[in-house]
Amino acid sequence: MTETAAPAQKSGIRMTGAFHRLLAFSGLIALVVVFSLASPNFMQTQNILAILQATAVNGVLAIAVTLVIITGGIDLSVGTLMTFCAVIAGVFLTYWGLPMPIGILGAILAGAASGLISGTVVAKLKVPPFIATLGMMLILKGLSLVISGTRPIYFNDTPGFNQIALGSVVGQIIPAVPVPNGVMILFLVALLTAFILGKTALGRYTFALGSNEEAVRLSGVNVDRWKIGVYALSGAIVGVGGVLIASRLNSAQPALGQGYELEAIAAVVIGGTSLSGGRGTVLGTLIGALIISVLANGLRILSVAQEWQTVVTGTIIILAVYADILRRRKL
Amino acid sequence: MEGSTVDVAARAVPLVQMRNIDKSFPGVRALSQAQFELMPGEVHALMGENGAGKSTLMKVLSGVYDRDAGEVLLDGKAVEITSPREAQDAGISIIHQELALMRDLTAAQNIFIGREPRRFGILDERQLNRDTAAIFKSMNLNLEPTVLVETLTIAKQQMVEIAKALSYRSRVLIMDEPTAALNDAEIAELFAIINRLKAEGVGIVYISHKMDEIKRISDRVTVMRDGEYVGTVPAAETPIETIISMMVGRTLNTEAHAIPDTSGQPVALEVKGLNRGREIRDVSFSVRQGEILGFAGLMGAGRTEVARAIFGADHKDSGEIWVHGERVGITAPRDAVSKGIGYLSEDRKLFGLATGMDVRNNIALASLERFTNPAGVLDEAGMEKSARDYIRQLSIKTPSDTQEARLLSGGNQQKVVIAKWLLRDCDILIFDEPTRGIDVGAKSEIYKLLNNLAAQGKAIIVISSELPEILRLSHRIAVMCEGRLTGILPGDASQEEIMRLATMREAAMRPDAERKIA
Repeated sequence: MTETAAPAQKSGIRMTGAFHRLLAFSGLIALVVVFSLASPNFMQTQNILAILQATAVNGVLAIAVTLVIITGGIDLSVGTLMTFCAVIAGVFLTYWGLPMPIGILGAILAGAASGLISGTVVAKLKVPPFIATLGMMLILKGLSLVISGTRPIYFNDTPGFNQIALGSVVGQIIPAVPVPNGVMILFLVALLTAFILGKTALGRYTFALGSNEEAVRLSGVNVDRWKIGVYALSGAIVGVGGVLIASRLNSAQPALGQGYELEAIAAVVIGGTSLSGGRGTVLGTLIGALIISVLANGLRILSVAQEWQTVVTGTIIILAVYADILRRRKL
Repeated sequence: MEGSTVDVAARAVPLVQMRNIDKSFPGVRALSQAQFELMPGEVHALMGENGAGKSTLMKVLSGVYDRDAGEVLLDGKAVEITSPREAQDAGISIIHQELALMRDLTAAQNIFIGREPRRFGILDERQLNRDTAAIFKSMNLNLEPTVLVETLTIAKQQMVEIAKALSYRSRVLIMDEPTAALNDAEIAELFAIINRLKAEGVGIVYISHKMDEIKRISDRVTVMRDGEYVGTVPAAETPIETIISMMVGRTLNTEAHAIPDTSGQPVALEVKGLNRGREIRDVSFSVRQGEILGFAGLMGAGRTEVARAIFGADHKDSGEIWVHGERVGITAPRDAVSKGIGYLSEDRKLFGLATGMDVRNNIALASLERFTNPAGVLDEAGMEKSARDYIRQLSIKTPSDTQEARLLSGGNQQKVVIAKWLLRDCDILIFDEPTRGIDVGAKSEIYKLLNNLAAQGKAIIVISSELPEILRLSHRIAVMCEGRLTGILPGDASQEEIMRLATMREAAMRPDAERKIA
C-alpha cells in the first residue's frame, strides 16, 4: 500500500513547486503579452536583448541574495559589495596593470572574503544578519570611495574588458541571436547555483538552516561553518556581478551600488523565495529579476515617467508576496 | 502558629467553593467532578502529579477555561466567570509560573498597565508612582515604583506581580509554583509576604510540588489525581507519606516488565559531577550498554537540562563525561554526535525536525557528509535507499520518503528522528519525553522500539514525566529534584518510592531540615 501511494505524493510535491514557479512565470508572460500588444517596439530583437542585458547584473546579485535568504538571513551589502569588487578589479587591472584573468579572480575573491566576514559576524558573533550586512554595506561603500579616491577607474588599458559583458560569443557562432556574454554569464551562474542548492551538502544545509536551524545544530552539524560557507559563496557570486557591471560601464564607479541590494531582494521575493527561509529557487529568482526588467523596459517604451515606474514595481512586489500568502493559505 | 487558621475553616463562609467541576478537551477528560474550597486568610496547597488537573482547575477558577459542568461559588454565592477580566473584577488573580511582566517598563507602569491614572487625558506618572508606592508599603516591600522590571531579580519580579494582583483588590491569589526560581532567602521573603496577606484575609491557592514548603506555609492540602478530587487534609498534622500515597493512589495495570541483568555489560556513558548554575547540581550517574535508565522527577527538576548539558546543547559549568571508558570533551552537539550520542528533544517541532523538509532529508540530516561523493555531489540514491531501509525497519508510516515531515503523525515523526540517529551510528540515545503528544497506540510501539534498541546493545536514557512510562521501560530509575539526583532506584521500584525522592528537595541533603521547619 505504501508503494502505491508513493508516486501520487511525489507528483503532488512537484506540482506545488511547479505551480509556485508558474505563478511568477505566468506573471512574466502576462507582462510580455501586455507590452507587446501596447507597443510594436517591445518585441524587437534589439529590445529583448536590451532587457536581458539589463537583467544580467541584477539577476546575478539576486541569485547571491537568494542563497542567504533561504538560510533565513538577509544581505543588504550586495549592492555596495558589487561596487567594491568592481573597484578591486580596477585596482588590479588599471592601477597595477595585472593580466585580465587575475583582475577577474581578484574581484571574485574580494566578494568571497567579504561574504566570509559577513558570515562570520552572523554565525560567530550572533549579530543579526540585517545589522551585520547593513554595517558591511556602509563599510564597503566607504572603502570603495577611499580606495578609488572617489574617482571612477576606467578600464581603457585593458583591451577586451568591456567584451566580458557586452561582447557576444553566441553571436559569433549564430549571428542571428547575438546574446550578450553578460546574459550567458547570468545563466551560467544560475545553473551553477541551482546545482549547488540541489545537489550538494552545502545546498541541503542552506535549506535546512532556514527550515529549522536548531534542529540542524542538534543533529550535530557544524552550523556556523556551513552558514559562513553560504555567505562566502554568495559574496563570490556578487564578485561576478561586480565584474559584469565594471565591464558594462568600462569603469568602476565608486559612488554606484546602493539601491541595487533592494532591487535584488525585490527580485528574490517576486520569485517566490520566502523571507523567513527554508524555501526558494534560483529559477524563481531569475524570473523575478526578468519581471523587474521587463516592467522597467515596457513602461519606458510606453513613455511612462520614470517616477511612476518605481511606484509600479513597489506595487508588484506587494501583490507577488500577497499572492504567495494566498497560495500557502490554501495548502 | 502557621497552621492555626485551620479551625477558621469551621466557622467562616468560604471565599471560594468549586463543586463537581467537569472539563474535557478533545480526547482528554481533564477534570471530573473536581472540587476545591478556600477560606479567607487561608493558604491552601493544591497538589498532584504532572497532569493531575491542578492548573486546569485553577484556569477554570480564573476564567481562562469555561467549565463543562459544576458550580463555582464566591462568598457562598454562585457566580459565572467567563474571562480572566471577569475573574479580576471578582477579585481573583493568578500569578503564573512564567511571569507576565513587560521588562522594559517600570514596576509602577507594569502594575497599572491598561488603567493608568490620567489628568486631562495625559498619563499622570506621579499619581501612578504614588499609588504604587502605597501598595508596596502595604506589602512592607522595599522597592522603588520607578525601577525598571528588567533590573529586578525573579523574586522581586514576583513581588511586582503580587502587587499588581493586590492593586485589583484581589482576595484570591493563585500562585503556580512560585518558588521554582527562588533561593532560600527569597523564599523566606515570599513567605513573609504570604503571611501578611493571610493576616489581611486574602485566600491563597498554592500550587507546588515541594513537600517541605507545603508543610511550612500551607494550612490545608487538597490532592488531585487524574482530574479527580482525592481529598483535603490539614497540612501540619498529615505525614508526607500519606500525602504522597494520595497523589499516587492508583494501582498500575502495566504488565511487569522483564529487567535484564546488564551489570556485566560495559559502561557506555558515565557522567561525573555535572553542574550548571542552579539547574544542575552535582549530578553523577552511568548507563551500561543494553540498559534503559529512566529519569523521573517533577517539572523543573532539571532532567532536560542534564540531557542538554551532556549533549553539548547547553554550556555546563563543570563535570566530566566519559564515553566507553574514555573521557570526552563535549562543547557542542557535534562533539556529542561524533562520540555516538544522540538526543531526541521533548519538542520535536522546535528542535528535532526540519519540518519543511521531507522524511528522507530529515533521516539523512546528521549524515549528509557520508552521502557526499568526492566531487561534492550528494548521493541522492544512497540517501533514498537508507531512508527506505529505516522506514521499513522502524515501520514509519509515510506514503513515501519524499513526504514532508510535518505531515506525519507524532509517533512517526519520533521514529524519523530515531532513524536519523541510527543512521548516524549513535549507540547512546537520550529520549526526552519520547511519547509526548503521541497517541496511546503509537506509544506502545515506541516502547517496543526502545526495548529492541536496548536489546541490540544501545545504551538508552529515557526522561519522562509519566511514572507509568518510567516504570514500564526502565531497568534502573534515576530520580531528580531541584537539580539534584536524589537517588537511583531499581526498575521494579514503587511509585511511592519515586515520588518520595522526587519531592524530597534538600531534605535529603540535610536530614535535620524537616524537623527544624516543623
